[in-house]
Amino acid sequence: MHSSELLLTLFRKMSLSRRFEEKAGQAYGQKKIQGFCHLYIGQEAVVVGVNEALRPDDYVMTGYRDHVHPLVRGADAGMLMAELFGKDTGYSKGKGGSMHLIDVEHHFYGGYGIVGGQIPLAAGMAFASKYRGEDRITVCSFGDAAANQGALWESFNMASKWKLPVLYIVENNKYGMGTDIARVSGEPDIHKRMGAFKMRGETVDGMDVLAVHDKVESLAKDLRAGSGPILLEAYCYRFRGHSMSDAATYRTKDEVEARKQQDPIITLRTHLVKQKVATDAELDALDEAQKHIVEEAIAFADASAEPPIEDVYTHALIAEGEPDEHPRARVRGVEVKWPTYPTDFKVTWDLEPKEAPVSIAPPVEEVAPAAKPMKKKGAA
Amino acid sequence: MPELAYRDALKEALDEEMGRDPRVYLMGEEVARYNGAYKVSQGLLEKYGSARVVDAPISELGFAGLGIGSAMVGLRPVIEMMTWNFAILAMDQIVNNAAKIRHMSGGQLRCPIVFRGPGGAGGRLSSQHSQALEANYAHFPGLKVVAPATPADAKGLLKSAIRDENPVVFIEGELLYGLKGEVPEGEHLVPIGKADVKLAGSDVTIITWSRMLTSCVLPAAQALAEKGVSAEVLDLRSIKPLDLEAIAASVKKTNRVVIVEEGWGFAGVGAQIADFIQRECFDDLDAPVLRVHGLDVNMAYAANLERAIQPSTERVIEAVNQVLYK
Repeated sequence: MHSSELLLTLFRKMSLSRRFEEKAGQAYGQKKIQGFCHLYIGQEAVVVGVNEALRPDDYVMTGYRDHVHPLVRGADAGMLMAELFGKDTGYSKGKGGSMHLIDVEHHFYGGYGIVGGQIPLAAGMAFASKYRGEDRITVCSFGDAAANQGALWESFNMASKWKLPVLYIVENNKYGMGTDIARVSGEPDIHKRMGAFKMRGETVDGMDVLAVHDKVESLAKDLRAGSGPILLEAYCYRFRGHSMSDAATYRTKDEVEARKQQDPIITLRTHLVKQKVATDAELDALDEAQKHIVEEAIAFADASAEPPIEDVYTHALIAEGEPDEHPRARVRGVEVKWPTYPTDFKVTWDLEPKEAPVSIAPPVEEVAPAAKPMKKKGAA
Repeated sequence: MPELAYRDALKEALDEEMGRDPRVYLMGEEVARYNGAYKVSQGLLEKYGSARVVDAPISELGFAGLGIGSAMVGLRPVIEMMTWNFAILAMDQIVNNAAKIRHMSGGQLRCPIVFRGPGGAGGRLSSQHSQALEANYAHFPGLKVVAPATPADAKGLLKSAIRDENPVVFIEGELLYGLKGEVPEGEHLVPIGKADVKLAGSDVTIITWSRMLTSCVLPAAQALAEKGVSAEVLDLRSIKPLDLEAIAASVKKTNRVVIVEEGWGFAGVGAQIADFIQRECFDDLDAPVLRVHGLDVNMAYAANLERAIQPSTERVIEAVNQVLYK
């Protein structure tokens, strides 16, 4: 039921993601990348499974564990690495860094460092689609810990009421930095909270890329058909610490080892070989090719210059007539298809259609009808 | 020229901009069916429909962020805050997303959005509802901050703010909504970043903005004129960008400055202006720059305390006499 082409794409992109993050981790050790650096290793099935079920023009965003989200959408690996290195050839000319990777060309809108801060933005992007009558959806990822932010509750409430076409994905890797989600949550299964918003809360095995892909494919269909917002909780696991500075002593070695047995890339590899989609040798070659892409990305970032010091004040406020930067055109000299937003259209969306008022009164117990008033004695 | 109340001038700006650009929509608490807590959006729901005049739940952070997200992909939202006091809840979105997205995307994204609503004291509302917060927003790179004092400027600045490509914090005077004044019809645009000499004078410059202009600065200038003192009154209109040229030109002319600010003194906008003047206009000064500002204490409810905390005509006159060594 999955084409060979899709299966190999899933493998290739997961491998690319893994190799990219391994090298980013190494570069961090060499102090080529500094500051905070959150690796995605272990969770690749989520980002890749989701992405391959979307349209290229769907809006995508996430939190600060964001290196591979643009990568699997088609961003230039060298320019992503250059951004991590703080170089002028990076997607944001070194202004954003690890936590703020943004590639608008591929409809990846960031890259946000305040936990849960992107959740309202995603509602707004979906609002814009609905406002203009488009059928694109917005997909917004965040970690389990972000689900305890007020931003989520406020956004889900509006998204639900206004039936915004947004798919929220909890990458539930069980830990908010060093804190087990269950230690700080009355209900640690985020999807179970969705009843409060009259929103669909779905789950998927986030270590199984095929399950993620199939789930999101079906949810995306519903969303485009007007289902209103959906939350998908993908249970996954990060093999590394929260960030490069985290030794992850809050988890036992046994726990981490047990989870590594569920490595999503190995699982898919086993499946592909078993199904005779590819041989181990062919998959090794594919993996080698990804390693090569990442090595080239490192070389490109290494060879790139730091941003010119004159750029220190650029992109603060937009001057009249100032155009947007198109990173790949600037750095690679290629022609890019830049997203455009219509300026002239008619808004036909009725955000508040007439509906029967919803009762908020508490249920009333049936009571016996009041007794008839007694006739006064002696009355006529 | 028709005379309009400040609130109607704002409505005219909204109406005209929504009429000319389908990307513009208004969202906030009570803006639609209730016609706005201060009646700024009277009649707009009927005219533009429920997707363009949107009643939001009481979720300031949520709908501020929703507005920002929609602006990042091509809409031009006007987000009404019932008061700027409530917008403190939305500050994360305004400061961490709206103000930074252009910069952290390296120029890929833009965020043309207006956050507007009343600021400053509203009269007997105590400490949580009486704050003048422009200094807070002016502190952050990536935002423009405007605070119109008259109906004409309210209209002209709001139209400019809606057309601006940057996030604009638009602070209205809570006690100004009923203020009447002449307002040009149609395409009246007041550029952001340009101060206005509301009264020309030669002896002293009084720099102010928003409600302080009519509540104490102009009355003080009039009283001073009767005593033979010619005060120049400079209404900044925009806090950021600040019209440094206009400030310098006026200081050069009068050599004495009093800055009048409704908000607190500590790290206030006036401190920033005084810093500029002592650096750039040192040789033009004949007296130290003085500031009249809200007392550095939370607002009290009692009428006499509330009066004492806010700048008054008397305090402005006193400061002017001081810089004139009278």
